[in-house]
Amino acid sequence: MSIAPASDHAPALRSRDVADHTVPSGREESWRFTPLADITDAITGSTALDGGLDVEWTADPDAVVERVSAGDPRVGRSFLPADLLAARALDACAEPIVVTLPREWQGVARVSVRGRGEDAAGHVVIDAAPFSEGTVILDFTGAGRYFGALEVRVGDGARLTVVSLQDWDEGAVHVGEHHAAIGRDARLLMGHITLGGSLVRLAPTVSYGAPGGDAELLGLFFADAGQHLEHRVFVDHDTPHCRSSVLYKGALQGEGAHTVWIGDVLVRAQAIGVDTYEVNRNLILTDGARADSVPNLELETGEIVGAGHASATGRFDDEQLFYLQARGIPADLARVLVVRGFFADVLQRIGQPDLTRRVMRNVDARLGVDSMDLETWDEEHGA
Amino acid sequence: MTTLDIHDLHASVETDGGAREILRGVTLTVESGQTHAVMGPNGSGKSTLAYVIAGHPKYTVTGGSITLDGQDVLEMSVDERARAGLFLAMQYPVEIPGVSVSNFLRTSVTAVRGEAPKLRTWVKEMKGAMEALQIDPAFAERSVNEGFSGGEKKRHEILQLELLKPKIAVLDETDSGLDVDALKVVAEGVNRFQEDGTTGTLLITHYTRILRYIHPDFVHVFVDGRIVESGGPELATQLEDEGYERFLKAGASS
Ligand SMILES: Nc1ncnc2c1ncn2[C@@H]1O[C@H](COP(=O)(O)OP(=O)(O)O)[C@@H](O)[C@H]1O
Ligand SMILES: [Mg+2]
Repeated sequence: MSIAPASDHAPALRSRDVADHTVPSGREESWRFTPLADITDAITGSTALDGGLDVEWTADPDAVVERVSAGDPRVGRSFLPADLLAARALDACAEPIVVTLPREWQGVARVSVRGRGEDAAGHVVIDAAPFSEGTVILDFTGAGRYFGALEVRVGDGARLTVVSLQDWDEGAVHVGEHHAAIGRDARLLMGHITLGGSLVRLAPTVSYGAPGGDAELLGLFFADAGQHLEHRVFVDHDTPHCRSSVLYKGALQGEGAHTVWIGDVLVRAQAIGVDTYEVNRNLILTDGARADSVPNLELETGEIVGAGHASATGRFDDEQLFYLQARGIPADLARVLVVRGFFADVLQRIGQPDLTRRVMRNVDARLGVDSMDLETWDEEHGA
Repeated sequence: MTTLDIHDLHASVETDGGAREILRGVTLTVESGQTHAVMGPNGSGKSTLAYVIAGHPKYTVTGGSITLDGQDVLEMSVDERARAGLFLAMQYPVEIPGVSVSNFLRTSVTAVRGEAPKLRTWVKEMKGAMEALQIDPAFAERSVNEGFSGGEKKRHEILQLELLKPKIAVLDETDSGLDVDALKVVAEGVNRFQEDGTTGTLLITHYTRILRYIHPDFVHVFVDGRIVESGGPELATQLEDEGYERFLKAGASS
């Protein structure tokens, strides 16, 4: 367990005002892994974030998905930008998307955001009213650069699943914080599936407003040559008797493939009775790929139920390949089985069969196998 | 009629101190209908022989040949060998997290048979084979070898043997670590596999115990990377009484 001052975890300042933030040098702990050169113009403001996005949605009855004006009071109610880029993005976002799940509502809403190859600012609010039980899938595809946050509010007693899928085209950039405020006895499952995009840097952050909150953060990423996929988790246990469980798994292949996983969990002095566990596992398939993994658990109180973390990055196990091949399975198919198997527990916990199928197709394509060979796998795994 | 022909096989492994020869001239022929027991002390190279037959990339063949019905096995990739009809039950089966036994078995059977089995007959076939080996049906949904006990792993290997029905099976210490009940179950599986006379078995073992349940036609004593003596079942009885002492001395002096 590494102990670090609280200032390393929590952003020192949160503000919507661009003037309150400074330009990062790249030496800051929070920026040191990121290829800043790809976004410097967006950070400094020398490029305007005025590009367009194609937004579509479907939702079960009574859920409301709308594009609102920048001044809408629901925007920025539970989230304030923690850095200059986030402040600029919120400032530039002309038409935030707000998803409202009414009280005791049950159902699914899907929002797809497609980049047009421009520099765009976005903002998504998900407002799950008390005792709603819903699933919201965000599906990011297309080209260009997207800067923007996700602002999630889970009302008291609500049970919400939010999955954000980053399936951008090659060359695309996506940077933003995914902040969730969790109410009393509320439960959030937040999933991140990051497959496409040249630079994706997401910061899933969680805070609790009242006791009994439960956050499960699940992530899956697969980086190929030339991709930088970064997930920076921060769970702020600021409230007693809450839980967090974090599991992110990454696969990497190809020269220069780079993944970063930061898992900061802070259990503040007042947050007694907390139960937290975080895990990151990475599977490196080829030489030349690099996975950075930094779990960081800080306990300001010892009166907890449990706390732990684990991080492991391993190379593809040739003995597994040999075993499968010795049963007649060709090498490329054997690799697919191993990588699918590696991701299986995360996908099962995310529990969205259509997304599972999409990830599997993606894995197959990256490993050069025709997915049709593997239909049976899906049947068995309920995808 | 199938013949696995191993002739003057030499193989080495790369170590920190350079290449080290482990197999030092193995010659052995296994035909369908035959069970050969290869017995030898720990470290004599039995597993290496099994791995080299299966094509493990860790070992380099430096001389000799392996053919299956005249086909050059050493030219084949690991999966080609399995599809050609070779099977290795491993001494230490490998865990594959997240890949269920049923998915693994079906993928493997599909690869070896060249077509996917029909779903309904397949489920029956798999369940029947599991039952015969007293494997809990719940195993079908578990990850391959993950968290299996030693005995469960070995039964799972024999399950694959029975489903894949290879031409020649190499069983590497499938008996070690098993209690008597499990040993009998596993031996029955091997005997079922062998009973119709169309397949051959190379049974590698350290102990004679399993030979009470699987009766070999030939017994070979393996010491220091080669076969130092071959005979009939009586050789196993002799080993049971006398151990490997005599052969170790012989191996050292040759
Ligand atoms: N990968 C390896 N690296 C170094 N030495 C090895 C390797 N594999 C086998 N050996 C050595 O080769 C010898 C034979 O090993 P093995 O074939 O496992 O014997 P057995 O199965 O008869 O016990 C042993 O001395 C062992 O240490
Ligand atoms: Mg051995």
